[in-house]
Amino acid sequence: MSAGAVLFYVFAGMTILASLGMVLNVRNTVASAMSLVVAMISLGAIYVLLDAYLVAAIQIMVYAGAIVVLFLFVVMLLNLRTDVFPVTRSRLPKLLGIAASGWGLFAFLKLLHGTLPAVSPAPEGFGGFRELGKALFTSYVLPFEATSFLLLAAIVGAVILAKRRID
Amino acid sequence: MLVPLEHVIALSAVIFGIGVVGAVTRRNVIVILMSIELMLNAVNLAFVGFSRAWANPTGQVFVLMVITVAAAEVAVGLGIVLSLFRNRDSVDVEEVSLLKW
Repeated sequence: MSAGAVLFYVFAGMTILASLGMVLNVRNTVASAMSLVVAMISLGAIYVLLDAYLVAAIQIMVYAGAIVVLFLFVVMLLNLRTDVFPVTRSRLPKLLGIAASGWGLFAFLKLLHGTLPAVSPAPEGFGGFRELGKALFTSYVLPFEATSFLLLAAIVGAVILAKRRID
Repeated sequence: MLVPLEHVIALSAVIFGIGVVGAVTRRNVIVILMSIELMLNAVNLAFVGFSRAWANPTGQVFVLMVITVAAAEVAVGLGIVLSLFRNRDSVDVEEVSLLKW
């Protein structure tokens, strides 16, 4: 096994542990957000190992840099130290759901086994700024421009929603 | 490619499953939003894996679009959480059952 493969499995384990930590931590929302940062950064490392360099850079900048900071900002703004809510329903449906989803995952992985084709080596410069930029500004220029409208709508919506009162 | 494509897709499925469990079982709205982000990340990982397997950059273009949509979704979602907290003094989803049948 090459060093890259070892790194892939290490970062895969880190991602799974961090996401489990995020979901299972019911005491502290800030700790959940920090686990999310670890998961995002490990995924960024996996993207580098899969030759997606631009996507890895953007993953670190946007997810670990911007989105999680936004989460932390809101958690601290609302001053949520703990989120222990009163219990209102039984735990049995929850446990049954987790068991069913675990079984579904197992069945999916079993079906997946041996169906995917072998992989060809990547061409020179694959996943870099040049190739992705070329694809983004030639074949996919219309979706790329449409995202600017999406972002504008999101900015206006967030400002209006978070404003105390609209005059 | 360093590892079989199968392992990348399996990792993606496991992370997606964890995200689904988080979104369904947790009651804190902020953690539910984080779980949705986790699911989007799992899909991104599958896109990157398939893009690498077929040596086609289209999958990575899709990932960029998904990241943009995720950023917009978080901005609007946290705005909703803020106004929810202002009106109800809580981030518990059980408190918000106005549209529940």
